[in-house]
Amino acid sequence: MSSEEKLPGWREIPIAGVPYKPSTEYKTGDWKVYKPVINYEKCTKCMFCHTYCPDGAIKIREDGFPEPDYDFCKGCGICAEECPVKAIEMVKD
Amino acid sequence: MSEIRTLKDLAQKPDLLMSGHRLCAGCAAGIIARLALKATRGPTIVTNATGCLEVATTIFPYSSWKVPWIHNAFENAAATASGIEAAFRAMKRINKGPLAKYEHVDVMVFAGDGGTYDIGFQSLSGAFERGHDFLYILYDNEAYMNTGIQRSGSTPRCAWTTTSPAGTVIPGKREWKKPIARIAAEHEIPYVATASPAYPMDLVKKVRKGLEVEGPAFVHVLSPCTRGWRYPPEKTIKIAKLAVETCFFPLWEAEFKNGEIVYTLSAPSERIARKPELKKPIEEYLKLQGRFSHLFRPKRREDLINEIQQWVDREWKLILKRCGKL
Amino acid sequence: MAVKQIVMGLNGDEAVAYAIKQVDPDVVAAYPITPQTIIVERFSEYVANGEVHTEFVAVESEHSALSACVGAAAAGARAFTATAANGLALMWEILYIAASCRLPIVMAIVNRALSAPINIHCDHSDAMGARDSGWIQIFCENSQEAYDSTIQAWRIAEHPDVQLPVMVCLDGFVLSHTLENVMTLPNDIVKKFVGERKFVTVKNHFGKEVPLILDPENPITIGPLDLYDFYFEHKMQQIDAMGKAPKVIEEIGKEYGELSGRTYGLVHPYKLEDAEIAIVGLGSTMGTAKIVVDKLREKGVKAGLLRVRAFRPFPVRQIVENLKDKKAIGVLDRAASFGAYGGPLFNEVRNVFYDQDIRPLISNYIYGLGGRDMPPQRLMTIFEDLQKIAETRRIEKTVKYIGVRG
Repeated sequence: MSSEEKLPGWREIPIAGVPYKPSTEYKTGDWKVYKPVINYEKCTKCMFCHTYCPDGAIKIREDGFPEPDYDFCKGCGICAEECPVKAIEMVKD
Repeated sequence: MSEIRTLKDLAQKPDLLMSGHRLCAGCAAGIIARLALKATRGPTIVTNATGCLEVATTIFPYSSWKVPWIHNAFENAAATASGIEAAFRAMKRINKGPLAKYEHVDVMVFAGDGGTYDIGFQSLSGAFERGHDFLYILYDNEAYMNTGIQRSGSTPRCAWTTTSPAGTVIPGKREWKKPIARIAAEHEIPYVATASPAYPMDLVKKVRKGLEVEGPAFVHVLSPCTRGWRYPPEKTIKIAKLAVETCFFPLWEAEFKNGEIVYTLSAPSERIARKPELKKPIEEYLKLQGRFSHLFRPKRREDLINEIQQWVDREWKLILKRCGKL
Repeated sequence: MAVKQIVMGLNGDEAVAYAIKQVDPDVVAAYPITPQTIIVERFSEYVANGEVHTEFVAVESEHSALSACVGAAAAGARAFTATAANGLALMWEILYIAASCRLPIVMAIVNRALSAPINIHCDHSDAMGARDSGWIQIFCENSQEAYDSTIQAWRIAEHPDVQLPVMVCLDGFVLSHTLENVMTLPNDIVKKFVGERKFVTVKNHFGKEVPLILDPENPITIGPLDLYDFYFEHKMQQIDAMGKAPKVIEEIGKEYGELSGRTYGLVHPYKLEDAEIAIVGLGSTMGTAKIVVDKLREKGVKAGLLRVRAFRPFPVRQIVENLKDKKAIGVLDRAASFGAYGGPLFNEVRNVFYDQDIRPLISNYIYGLGGRDMPPQRLMTIFEDLQKIAETRRIEKTVKYIGVRG
């Protein structure tokens, strides 16, 4: 198993099974089939999409608008479903 | 909790559960954990019972947790929390040890229904009785979802699971859902509440209150499961909301004050208590979920739907009574 | 030079409780079970009288006792528990977790037979069931040693090369409920010997080298999901730590000896140097066996014994060195391993000699199940058997059961 051989050996990893990488190094974005696209003309910055995202994949920009992080968005579509002004559309990734 | 009044305030609070976890798309547990962590008020240690949230957020070598976190086993999250809380107390007593530098450390548990209703019930009840200062958050997806949808003490009657299949003779689970939050309240602990990810501000307030009280607190959150409940992932919040709107899962708080358990309805359920015509029929909740599809196809099972409606009505009445609304 | 000590009349349980009082750990989480109960009772009195700063968690089961210790130790506390038999069996799942999370918990095991039928008396079946769990296991000969080992256990467990939990095993009733003169060290000397708990560091998931504890300032994740890509490596780390433990146990036993005049090692030989026949065993029986060895010596029989103090890690080199030139060895097991070819200690002892050019004749004597007594006469019959084996150079029956009715 060559892929296993590339991984660090037992002397190189922390003891006690303590993880040494943040999960942000693992991109879940490729799970999705559809991705949310926000129509900023409609968006009211209500924050429902950010609040309801199971993946914390809707970030808040400096201007206060939400923005999907496609590296992590799994395409569940909750944001689009719950958007009160229907500003989010799910489009094929 | 003056700093969080609106969803905008909530959005300003940093996420303590990082992206890149591997919960299913549309999983409510991710929403619940994110929201609960946004309600923390300072140094916090989290312990997690075995289950979806535990597994999906800590696949070695990755971790999604920005707070110190420990998973011990399935049935002992409350006992693990007891130990953490005891350690903090002892260190404060002599002002020595690594946690002594903190004025306070909150201890928070996340556990699923299997780890709470069933295998973890003894350790939970023991920790309540001993009065440890900790908050136990039950994210209830109503079956053993991590092992692939097996029935638990939380699974509602008639629900299909892989160990309560909807057969030609037996139409899904035969037993009713165990009233775990009321059982928790009967331990006469300072604070018990039910909450829903569909009502995030209510959830966050309850989590914060649970952290603030001295002694054990229990927040029971219904956690719709796209895979196990058999619905498309975007419907998670819709279904969580319907659970409240049909009074299948009313939202309330129970505080132990002056020797009495004082129940109070929370706003979304209080509205229904005031205007009973708002109460939606249970069918609206059931028909969206594939785990109840055998109640509608191939033949409509009016008898079973009625039975569930009667159970909901009975439980709702009981809660109204406890809340002094009857 | 040894420090001035105070002689106290203590049974084995009280000796453990007194040692724990002097260590003054942060958390004791325990549940009562005969014959361990005196430990929790005495310790509760220390708590009630404000003699310790310990948070005593009177849990609702042994499973929760060890689970709470895991939480406490992970939070940086010194955590202690005690149990026996069924209580240890109930903890089984968490034994592995405590060891794998590298938590230096100390636990007294007051050895008792496992059910069924239910029995409250001594045998080693409880501790033997835990032998592969990753805990260090120290077996005590008497209450003095229960006291001494309970103090040393913390230093062994917390040693940076080890970082593993330690079981201090003492025989139920034979030691736990029997009054003995126990030499005790002054409080300040014990405090100084044990010292403050120090922490090893690990790289956390933010790339920072931080202490291996749950500290909100330096968050780490303990107990993740670990699959086929890394689990084996984590087990190798535990194997490595166990491999380093013998040296640490010996060093600490020696340091304790300098302090108290009582030095401890991995094995304790008695009149073994010129012995031709010898028994090997664990716990209090080996104290009785010394009298038998003395009697045999009076008769001119070259008998000796080797008491194994550390069963985990198993002292391979020390066993070979002490026993390699003996003609016949009898291994005493106070536990049955159903379906196995002999008891657990026998299997290990005989195994280490497989690689040796010259091997003694080794046979197994299973005894004392459920508290069946092992008086000197019975031990004498074992030595007589070994004499016969030494003379004939033949073992007629490899595994024998001593003291059971036919």
